[in-house]
Amino acid sequence: MSDLINSPETDFEDPDVPAGPLELPLDAWHRVRGGRMVEFAGYWMPVQYEGIIAEHLWTRTSAGLFDVSHMGQLYISGEGVEAALEAALPIDLATLPLGGVRYSLLLDETGGILDDLMVTRWGTGFYLVVNGATKWDDLAHLREILPDAVTINHLDDSALLALQGPKAAKALAPLVTGEQALESLSFMRGAAFKLGGVDAWISRSGYTGEDGFEISIPAESAAAVADLIAGQADVKPIGLGARDSLRLEAGLPLYGHDMTADNEPVEAGLSFGINKRRRSEGGFPGADRMIEALMEGPARRRVGLSIEGRMAAREGAVVLLGENPVGVVTSGGFSPSLERPIAMAYVEAAHAVPGTNLFIDVRGRKLNATIVPMPFVPHRYHRKGAA
Amino acid sequence: MPRYFTKDHEWIEVEGDAATVGITDYAQSQLGDITFVELPQAGASVGKGDSCSVVDSVKAASDVYAPVSGSVTEGNAVLEDQPELVNTAAEAEGWLWRMTLADAGELADLMDEDAYKAYVAEL
Repeated sequence: MSDLINSPETDFEDPDVPAGPLELPLDAWHRVRGGRMVEFAGYWMPVQYEGIIAEHLWTRTSAGLFDVSHMGQLYISGEGVEAALEAALPIDLATLPLGGVRYSLLLDETGGILDDLMVTRWGTGFYLVVNGATKWDDLAHLREILPDAVTINHLDDSALLALQGPKAAKALAPLVTGEQALESLSFMRGAAFKLGGVDAWISRSGYTGEDGFEISIPAESAAAVADLIAGQADVKPIGLGARDSLRLEAGLPLYGHDMTADNEPVEAGLSFGINKRRRSEGGFPGADRMIEALMEGPARRRVGLSIEGRMAAREGAVVLLGENPVGVVTSGGFSPSLERPIAMAYVEAAHAVPGTNLFIDVRGRKLNATIVPMPFVPHRYHRKGAA
Repeated sequence: MPRYFTKDHEWIEVEGDAATVGITDYAQSQLGDITFVELPQAGASVGKGDSCSVVDSVKAASDVYAPVSGSVTEGNAVLEDQPELVNTAAEAEGWLWRMTLADAGELADLMDEDAYKAYVAEL
């Protein structure tokens, strides 16, 4: 059974990434704490510490500390930066306040998704967080499409941590000082703080469906900050394995799997991030195809599948209506919270309706599956106006 | 009873022409939380190196190969409700299937416990 054990975890490979996995600022920190290191997106990263299910459930009930320093952090500034970014992304920046965070997509000319990303308005420019596996391609793409007056700084001397879970705010608040109280940040808002004396940009956001924070800090302070946060009673370090199972339960797509350059935003279920003004005005790469998909409806849709039994369906498994293939699984696995397998799949639009009973072919076995609304596990974000 | 090991991290314990097969403790520790085990059917005829069982962890599904040729006599039915036994007792109650041996000579290709320990230490 050596196929999994002796092979790297990831299918991401990028010709621009130097050969062999690189070490991130917290490499030694993870190893000392028993993190099992695997290659992911060109880096050594911890896939788990005590076990994926235990770490997953800990994050759902307490607070989990994730190292996501493999992700690309970019600062984009210069004359005309706002108009230039609106021409590059289907994002509405006019309504994005200082410190506001918005989800967006990097699209190619035909509307295919090149990456998904977070955009934050800083004082004089915009802070972007992009996927680790795609960051080199993203940088090249942005350099090509943004005008010369706009400068892209790759903040590769910054680390990125995420603290996620219902006890995240309680654990982090005593450690930070700033012009505003940490608790006053609502979901998708960020601000500058001091965290143990270190300059930190903290936003209330994440990739687990839980309340929580993403914390950008200088790489040289990463270990000290991680020590400080992990030293809180309700906090444990969490690996990439649980990060994946948590985001799957939260219905959040993973780039390279649940969306690729072969998918446009409407079929991927991601057109929510593209508001009325941008839909009507267009003026971004792939606008025509996306607007067409909005008007006419996409041919297929990303859906959630709840699976009977305990056998998981993985990426690539064919979805059947009776005997006929109508889709393909893009992510799947055992849900630790629900204690049954769940999956995301693209299914022909005519059948992509909640309640539809389908089969998934897993190694010749037909598993019973039902389309269900996502998220599989309710989001518990700290939304503005909520208690 | 002699116990042998494969480079693919299966163990096989032999008693006469019957044997019990499982994955090693090292294998379960690498796979992480096991959530489902697909077991072979009794009566199934297997060749050495054939995929006989699939162990599903939270991360991925992994094939388990027959260490030797023979015929499956039973799958470990307890694992249907308690797949986590493979994590907690991989080399004992968490066995996967029992089989008869077609050719005891095939055991000569396998490692003994000391050789397997040395092999794992190199990984």
